[in-house]
Amino acid sequence: MKPTAAREDLLRGLWKENPVLVQTLGLCPTLAVTNSVENGIAMGIATFFVLVGSSVLVSSLRKFIPNEVRITAYILIIATFVTVADMTLQAVVPVIHKQLGAFIALIVVNCIILARQEAFAAKNTVWRSFLDAVGMGFGFIIALLLMCSVREVLGNGTFLGHSVFGPNYEPWVIMVLPPGGFFTLGFMLLGIAAWSRRKNPKPLRARPHAVTMQTTQRAVV
Amino acid sequence: MSAHEHGAGAPAGPSVSPFKLISTLTVFGAIAGLLIVVVFQATQPSILRNQAAATEQAIRQVLVGGAQYQTLFVHEDELVAQVPAGVDTVPLEKVYTAMDGDGQRMGYAIIGTEPGFADNIKLIFGYDAASKQVLGMLVIEQKETPGLGDKIVKDSAFVNGFIRAATPLRGVKIGQGKGTPDEVDMITGATISSRITIGIINHQLERLGPLIEAYEQAGGA
Repeated sequence: MKPTAAREDLLRGLWKENPVLVQTLGLCPTLAVTNSVENGIAMGIATFFVLVGSSVLVSSLRKFIPNEVRITAYILIIATFVTVADMTLQAVVPVIHKQLGAFIALIVVNCIILARQEAFAAKNTVWRSFLDAVGMGFGFIIALLLMCSVREVLGNGTFLGHSVFGPNYEPWVIMVLPPGGFFTLGFMLLGIAAWSRRKNPKPLRARPHAVTMQTTQRAVV
Repeated sequence: MSAHEHGAGAPAGPSVSPFKLISTLTVFGAIAGLLIVVVFQATQPSILRNQAAATEQAIRQVLVGGAQYQTLFVHEDELVAQVPAGVDTVPLEKVYTAMDGDGQRMGYAIIGTEPGFADNIKLIFGYDAASKQVLGMLVIEQKETPGLGDKIVKDSAFVNGFIRAATPLRGVKIGQGKGTPDEVDMITGATISSRITIGIINHQLERLGPLIEAYEQAGGA
């Protein structure tokens, strides 16, 4: 392993292969719980915990899991971590748990997590899988923070509950409603696509999957 | 991108015996189950404590300044302080009552839940049986439209409108009331949520009012 590999494992998920903004995975929580910064942070941390825990466990057990039942085994591991996170949140921060509601349980089917097990943790060492999960987890938190900052500031005039524009601001309510989530994500992906197109002027044939396919390939090689 | 690169697809090498597949998943399931039980046992006391604390705080907000709080149970269409031995109190509907420093009954706190515009609205309200007035109202749970329906929680004019309102309550549009004591001004733009909120209180009193009356006549034993 080259000395730069560890750094690469860690940093890849933050931006270059950001799970939400580049790989466009895990969009359900990204759209559903980003109407306030507080919710976004709690969701990000819960997902981060599940992702890191599952990746470490899956990579350490990868020799014992028969290929035929690997997905079942991954889901079992992920669901266990989610249940633990769910009960812990309920015990420690009941208010936030109430806000997030069913979306905590839905982390089980967040495809970022299953994708990292299948594409990375299942074939790499525990240490590399840990770094990858930390990077991807932070990447998810960054994406959620970007989303919910825009939505809470415009849609409620506040950031983490503190007023940003003063009392005379008329909240742009649609931004905290579901359509606002789609608008924000759409413009964000547009920005990223424009930016990566400019950085990498190779013709991508305008295929929406082009960026994703390319990066995934790099990830598994 | 071939299936091989993903590590997915057809299993490599000789097929594994079904026994190994089943035993692997059984062991995984058993460990996951054990872990969940342990975490459940560890978090349950603090989850229950949080719920009790939240209820108590809500009661204190609608029956302000009580020195002593007591839980009453609705058992066989009767309001009782003590259920007969052997009856489980957990599934019973509860009404809370508060005494001031001199042992005088201040009123009752009643919880009600009904479907709102989006998901259930759960609220608690204080009720003075002697004057048949509402003492205060607090929405505990709701998922109404942000910026519109959720004003039933934050709009202080609406919330304060319940204080000392005579029952049964009547929701009126702002400026269309006649100034009678049973009027509660509804929120512009949140008529449905306001009407449901008022309805919950009326329905609960319709049902529980006679029980409270009977309880008071029996000497509040």
